[in-house]
Amino acid sequence: MPAAKKKSTTKGSPAENFLQAPINANLSSEEKRDLYRTILGIRRFEERSLQAYNQGKIGGFLHLYIGQEAVAAGVVSLMEENDHIITAYRDHGHALAVGMSMNECMAEMYGKHTGCSKGKGGSMHFFAPEKNYWGGHGIVAGQTPLGAGLAFALKYKGLKGCCVCFLGDGAVNQGSFMETLNLVSLWGIPVVFVIENNGYSMGTSLARSSAEENLAHRADGFDIEWDVCEGHDVFEVREYANRAMTRAREEMKPFLLEIRTYRYRGHSVADANHEKYRTKEEIEEYKKNKDPINVLKAQLLADGSLTEEDAGKINLEVKSEAEAAAKFAEQSPVAPRSEIQTDVYWEVDNDTSNSLKGTYFFND
Amino acid sequence: MPLITYREAIKQALAEEIEHDENVCIMGEEVAQYNGAYKVTEGLWEKYGDKRVIDTPISEAAFSGLAIGASCLGIRPVVEMMFMSFSYVAIDQLFNNASFCRYMSGGLMNVPIVVRGPANGGTNVGATHSHTPENMVANHPGLKVVCPSNAYDVKGLMKTAIRDNDPVFVMENTLLYGEKWEVPEEEYLIELGVANILREGSDLTIVAHGRCAMIALKAAETLQAQHGINVELVDLRSIRPLDEETILNSVKKTGRALLVEENKPFCGVDAQISHLIQLKAFDYLDAPVHRVSAIDAPQIYAKPLEDWQIPNEERIIEGALKCLA
Repeated sequence: MPAAKKKSTTKGSPAENFLQAPINANLSSEEKRDLYRTILGIRRFEERSLQAYNQGKIGGFLHLYIGQEAVAAGVVSLMEENDHIITAYRDHGHALAVGMSMNECMAEMYGKHTGCSKGKGGSMHFFAPEKNYWGGHGIVAGQTPLGAGLAFALKYKGLKGCCVCFLGDGAVNQGSFMETLNLVSLWGIPVVFVIENNGYSMGTSLARSSAEENLAHRADGFDIEWDVCEGHDVFEVREYANRAMTRAREEMKPFLLEIRTYRYRGHSVADANHEKYRTKEEIEEYKKNKDPINVLKAQLLADGSLTEEDAGKINLEVKSEAEAAAKFAEQSPVAPRSEIQTDVYWEVDNDTSNSLKGTYFFND
Repeated sequence: MPLITYREAIKQALAEEIEHDENVCIMGEEVAQYNGAYKVTEGLWEKYGDKRVIDTPISEAAFSGLAIGASCLGIRPVVEMMFMSFSYVAIDQLFNNASFCRYMSGGLMNVPIVVRGPANGGTNVGATHSHTPENMVANHPGLKVVCPSNAYDVKGLMKTAIRDNDPVFVMENTLLYGEKWEVPEEEYLIELGVANILREGSDLTIVAHGRCAMIALKAAETLQAQHGINVELVDLRSIRPLDEETILNSVKKTGRALLVEENKPFCGVDAQISHLIQLKAFDYLDAPVHRVSAIDAPQIYAKPLEDWQIPNEERIIEGALKCLA
């Protein structure tokens, strides 16, 4: 086993106070509280979904984002009209950050007709195209060429924007991702790949899965600009993501941003070993010093944009919103069986004049 | 009516659709500056430029997935696989993402891409370059697949595929690229899901798709001339959607069916059609349904053996005689 290599530092100044960075300095108190609400909302939503999962009300897998919330919240807060995002299966945080409702997300996990995908996608497959959110993809790195394609379309149409494509540290070793890095650099495609490096690809630590642990360095092999930052401070995320997204929009060039973060829970809730492949101390250490909610709260209390009273009120609001979402999901109906064969083909769903020829479905 | 090659017919379809819709673009390995590995796209880059005709690196997963992502925002990419065999390195993109994004999003998305390229054996290139995955495509709800047997069909079906709002695979055939058929100069489209009766007959129905339909046509003439057997030949054109009605009407008329395809037999397209016939035309059958498929082994390299492995006129005639025995 090779010794752990030294991690590269960011290209920016490590001593920066990110709240004072230009992209953050102009935020109003309300905007800062909104960030707090988003991050806290994701946490409370997922805690409630975990409860439902443990009660057997949510099936399949449940990949919790707890600990990583500042990444999605920070990046999404920077999205402009022609910016799009896409991610992998740990997708609840991104969904809520773009403004999907807790109701539709919770109902989807319950497999209900009122879910964002009518109960056809589940936890890993949330979509909201009207909010420029393109999933929610279940196969590791499978979303990375799609993210390139969204950005390709912007360039093709002459629109100024970018696509932020999130992936985990486990995805960097998939061929599709490396192929995509080459393609986007070759063609000058405005995509920002954000590696949410939580240190573990399922139960395998970075040291055991990646020969080069400085994941952002892979960009060098494809002549792509890169940077590295920490993911627990939403203002740091915003500062680095803003540089990457601005560059993509302005220069039509890809960017690889590695954000070092941490997940408190297992790979999925079914991951019973998550306290075996890492120590309890490691988890507690992060929670104590780098919890994105605590970090943000302390910053906002210090700069006066949030009071303890505000924080308590927001907490109660998002907690009750999550509770209401669970109730909504619980009470919603499962889609009728006839829905099994809708949303398969656009042309069938939209064949209002019944003019399509031939058989599309083949059961007896 | 002009006589043009299958290759030229595809090129005309692509050119017409590039001109018809500014969002149509062609991408693939060697499609632009090299003029296409099989010269299908010859001259298109020169005429339409870098934006519309795009050379890709050898990265099927990346450019297939990129096409899917681009289609989300209204681009209509036509992706060339130099060989349809190469789609196998892009299976996650094509068979998870293209096929299921619409479903998993509860109908919020659709993926209007075309994946086209040759899907055939008989070219003496061995197993890795000889796949006929129309059955595999058809096994994925959300995908559509057509197998045009001639120049007229490939042009009309290609244009329809490009305008279709779902992902469509167009399975071409390198052995047909140089063959000529009559193709009208005026624009036309061929609907998906409509089979073509290439020859009317009364004694036996042969169902085939792709190049096998053309081989079956020759076999039918021989069967008439040498055995007095009057064959009705149904060319499927489209596999999914499938024109079940035309198949069933023909079998009900003749009472006998021979199914011919280049696919390997296990779970081939004809396995589904055989099931269809026994289920919906059982009482009309005067003989068991027979099949002529590729001989069930990886595609062999040796030319004389490969020519026997995939359906040829001799094997089709042998199969027809079994149906009439």
